[in-house]
Amino acid sequence: MTKLKTQSLHKKGSDLAQSNKQLEILSNGIFQNGELPTFKDKISETSQFPLKAKKLEILQINVGYMCNQVCEHCHVDAGPDRKEIMTRETMQQCLEVIKNSGAHTLDLTGGAPEMNPDFRWFVEEAAKVGIKDFIVRSNLTIIRANKKYYDLPEFFKKHNVHVVSSMPHWTRGKTDKQRGDGVFDKSIKALQELNAVGYGMPDSNLRLDLVYNPSGAFLPGDQMSMEKDFKKALMEDFGIQFHNLFAITNLPISRFLDYLIASENYEDYMYQLVDAYNPAAVANVMCTNTLSVSWDGYLFDCDFNQMLELPVNSKAKHISEFNEELLEGRNIVISQHCYGCTAGAGSSCQGVVA
Amino acid sequence: MSKTYYDPADLRKFGKITEWSEELGNKFFEYYGKVFEEGALSAREKSLIALAVAHTEQCPYCIDAYTKDGLQRGVTKEEMMEAIHVGAAIKSGATLVHGVQMMNKVNKLDG
Repeated sequence: MTKLKTQSLHKKGSDLAQSNKQLEILSNGIFQNGELPTFKDKISETSQFPLKAKKLEILQINVGYMCNQVCEHCHVDAGPDRKEIMTRETMQQCLEVIKNSGAHTLDLTGGAPEMNPDFRWFVEEAAKVGIKDFIVRSNLTIIRANKKYYDLPEFFKKHNVHVVSSMPHWTRGKTDKQRGDGVFDKSIKALQELNAVGYGMPDSNLRLDLVYNPSGAFLPGDQMSMEKDFKKALMEDFGIQFHNLFAITNLPISRFLDYLIASENYEDYMYQLVDAYNPAAVANVMCTNTLSVSWDGYLFDCDFNQMLELPVNSKAKHISEFNEELLEGRNIVISQHCYGCTAGAGSSCQGVVA
Repeated sequence: MSKTYYDPADLRKFGKITEWSEELGNKFFEYYGKVFEEGALSAREKSLIALAVAHTEQCPYCIDAYTKDGLQRGVTKEEMMEAIHVGAAIKSGATLVHGVQMMNKVNKLDG
C-alpha cells in the first residue's frame, strides 16, 4: 500500500528534489552500460537527431508551483509548501508575447494556477487578446477547496476558458490513491458544477477535457478506449459529461521517478518506455511546437525540461528576450525522460500525438 | 545457469524465440496479436480472459503481463480478482465433476 505524500520532495530535502540528481539517474545505469539505448541514439536511428523546434503554436505558462494537493506522481513536485509564484510583472511580459506571437494556444498550468494571487487578472487580460484556444489546467479540487474559489466555473465561463482537468480513474480508490484522500469526491462535485454552467455538454462551446495518467508503473492504455470507459462510468454513476480524454504517460522525473525507484520499478518502467518507442511519435512531440515559461519567466522546451532545469538552447532564454525567429529551429534539449513522450501513441499535454 | 526456473527479465526476451525458428515464431506472434485485437469481444474483455487463463495455467510470465495489461486498460483490482475466481471456479469444478466418474465406478463395483 502506498503511503500518501504530504510534503514535496523539496520540503523534505530529498536528493531527488535536485534536477542534477534526476538527470544523473537518467544517464547512468542501464543507459550507461549499453543495456538500453539513450534517447539520442534511438532518435538517431531514424535520422531524427537533433530534434528541432518548428513554428510556435502553444505557449504554456507555469504560473507557480503552489498547489492544494500533493499528488503521488507530480512531475512539478508541487504542493502547499512550494512558494514559487509568478509575479504580475512577469505576467505582463508574457502578455506582450501572447499579443505578438503566432501561437494559437495559451496553456496555463502550475501547481494549481488558480492559487496565484494574480491569476484572475492574468486570465482577464489574456482573454482580451482573443487567442484561439485558452486552456487552464485545473486540478478540480481547487474549485471546492475554499469559498473564494467556488465561483471559478462561472469565471472560466465568462472568459471562455478551455478547462483541462486531471482525473486518474472513474473509481474513488484509484483516484484517491494517486491524488490524496477525498480528491475523488471533490473532483466529482467540481465536474458537476462545471457541467451545471454548461462545461463539457455535447453541443457546448465550453470545452471540458480530462487528463488521465496511470496511477502506477505502467503505461496508459488506448486513449479512445479509455475515453469510452470514462464517459460511460462517469455518466452512469454521476451524470457527468466531458468532451475528450487525454491519456498522458508519466515521465520518469521528480516524484514519479522517486516512486519508481522506491518501488523497484525504475528499470522495468524504462524498458517499457524504450520497448514502446514509436518513431512516428517523435515527429509530433509537443516540444517541437510548444514553449514552456517558468514562474520566473525562463524559457524551456517543455514543462518537464523546466522541472529538470534544462533551459532552451537559444540566445533568448527569458520571456523578456522572446524572439520567435530566434527560437524557431532551435535544437530541443533531450535526455532519457523524453522516451515518455514517444512511447506507443506518444504523449503530450494534449494527449496522444501519433 | 540461472538459479531459478523463472526470471522476470525473461519475459522481455519472449520475442527472441523467433531467432531459432523464424517462420513459426513470426506466425505465432502474428496470430497472437490478431487474437487480442478488438473483435466481437473487446480488447478489455480479452485481457480479463487472458488474466484468468494465466492463473489456471499458472504461468508467472502471463500473470505479470496481463496484470499490467489490465492496469493499462483501467481494469480495477476487483474486476481482476473476479476474473481469477472464474478461472478458479472452472478449475475446481473440473476437479469435482470427475467425482461423478468416481461415483459411477463405485456404483458399478460395489453398488
